[in-house]
Amino acid sequence: MVQAQRRLKPRATGGGHARRRSLLIFLIPALALYSVFIVYPLISALEYSFYSWTGTRRGGFAGLSNFHDLLTKYPLSEQVWRALGHNCLFFVGTMLIQTIAGLTFAVLLHKSRRGKRFLQTAFTLPHLVSPIVVGYLWSLMLNPQFGAVNAALRGVGLGSLAQPWRGDPHLALPVAIVVNAWQWIGFPMLLFAAALAGIPEEYEQAARCDGASSWQVFRRVTFPLLTPVLGIVSVLTFIGNFNVLDLIYALQGSQGNPTFSTDVLGLLFYRTAFDNPDANAIGQSSALAVCMFVLIFGVSIAANRFFRRMEDRLR
Amino acid sequence: MSTLTVDEAPAVSRVSRPPRRRGRAGAIASVILLWGYAAVALAPLVLMALGSLRTEQDLADKPIGLPLHPAFENYAKAWSEGGFSSYFVNSIVVTVGSVVLGAGVSVLAAYPLARYRFRGRGLLTAYFLAGLMLPIRLGIVPVFYLLNSIGLIDSKIGLICVYAASGVPFSIFVLTAFFRQLPMELEEAARIDGAGEMRIFAQIMVPMVRPALTTVALFQFIPLWNDFFFPLVLVEDHNYTLPVGLTRFVAEFESSYAELYAGLVITTIPLVLLFLLATKQIVAGLTAGMSK
Repeated sequence: MVQAQRRLKPRATGGGHARRRSLLIFLIPALALYSVFIVYPLISALEYSFYSWTGTRRGGFAGLSNFHDLLTKYPLSEQVWRALGHNCLFFVGTMLIQTIAGLTFAVLLHKSRRGKRFLQTAFTLPHLVSPIVVGYLWSLMLNPQFGAVNAALRGVGLGSLAQPWRGDPHLALPVAIVVNAWQWIGFPMLLFAAALAGIPEEYEQAARCDGASSWQVFRRVTFPLLTPVLGIVSVLTFIGNFNVLDLIYALQGSQGNPTFSTDVLGLLFYRTAFDNPDANAIGQSSALAVCMFVLIFGVSIAANRFFRRMEDRLR
Repeated sequence: MSTLTVDEAPAVSRVSRPPRRRGRAGAIASVILLWGYAAVALAPLVLMALGSLRTEQDLADKPIGLPLHPAFENYAKAWSEGGFSSYFVNSIVVTVGSVVLGAGVSVLAAYPLARYRFRGRGLLTAYFLAGLMLPIRLGIVPVFYLLNSIGLIDSKIGLICVYAASGVPFSIFVLTAFFRQLPMELEEAARIDGAGEMRIFAQIMVPMVRPALTTVALFQFIPLWNDFFFPLVLVEDHNYTLPVGLTRFVAEFESSYAELYAGLVITTIPLVLLFLLATKQIVAGLTAGMSK
């Protein structure tokens, strides 16, 4: 069938000259736009990272010295590792909340009939809102005096739990992670729901016939079939994690307050490029960009491979 | 074979049904959990809408409360004094412009990538699709100097170009998949009738992929409307879009909470309207490619 269809496709020679000309008309706008505004800048960033800069003037070839600066030149050397550590915590925290809650909600929704549509919409709605709006909204709600969160705690007699949520350096990062998870939870839930809907009911019935309990069915039948989705969710969360900048910017300012306790790589990259007293801001920020690029790409590919192998083993 | 399984199915489920009582308790717990979390998901948004209609004094007295005397002047003030009228117009112009340009060039390119055979097609497709994984924000410094050198810094057109380009990989990904599904007979018939390439494309192919175009447009619209990073770096205040306008508003009128709530609602309302109009497409698009 596939073979037959393929044979039906027209040859490039079919249209001849006119066809080749229209091919260019079709392709060139997208090719130009994408190459000029996406590919070229990313390649330039790589190039920039190997030169030393004074303001916007490019100096000589600097080899790896910008990268060396990242690791050795105070304050950058300290900030990079701290921000990377926060990114790792952010990823792990978000993944834990999203996977456990998203999967639970998806499974429960899969079985429930009433209000399914409404609930799905409710869970997904925060996903639509700009991270900047989410950041400001939660910073209003978490305000120690006028905030709704502390007011609600006092209202139900848990006033002793009221906290300066954003001001405490130990709480600030976990709070940011929870806010981030609040926003994104609908996405893994929808992905899990779609995968659940794709699992044939016969599988569960067959396992039940063999005497499996609900938990065993989930653990041995359903969950293994969800591994590909888990892979997608973790790779997307990992990549998204490096784009977390808007939320922190709105919640804690461009410095990742209090005292850098919520600083992440995305924010640090922004500050290194555009708010950096060092004359070599371009060199340093480009080096940081290259490192982040390698990290994002490397881990995504490794994760992809890992999940593919896990899928194979489960089959 | 098939009739056999159909006949058997009800019998199997009857036998395997779990004990009734445990099922009931579980069902109640599940309802509580689901509706409880729905409240958690919606409460902040409801609070935002309510807060935007309450007075400054009222908000300071009681953080949680109803707008008993709706204060619509919050919106009037945010709109005129807070500068949200100009941010709103900028957001509309930039987002719509980027979506139209991005979807337009993508549908043009996706068509031959899906339906012509030419040398380098595979490579070209891979080149475009690689963009799905590129963290484009990391190229912001060169983008800044590029726009500066061609005179498009601090201009909506520059922002539109960057945004439109950022949507190309995803749009091409979705649109090529759709174009590929269309039967070949369509264009062969048109070609026999003497239609030119452009005419086949515009009058036969594009109308056939309209659902995909809607998905693509929606999926560009939401992140671009919400983006704050590129306008923050690439334009000045008079070209600010809503999210970056909000940061400026907060810096300037730090303690006007009521107006800030109004500003947050102004930024969010268009997306909520869009979502309510197109829930189906959005949910389908989020999970595209999931069910094989």
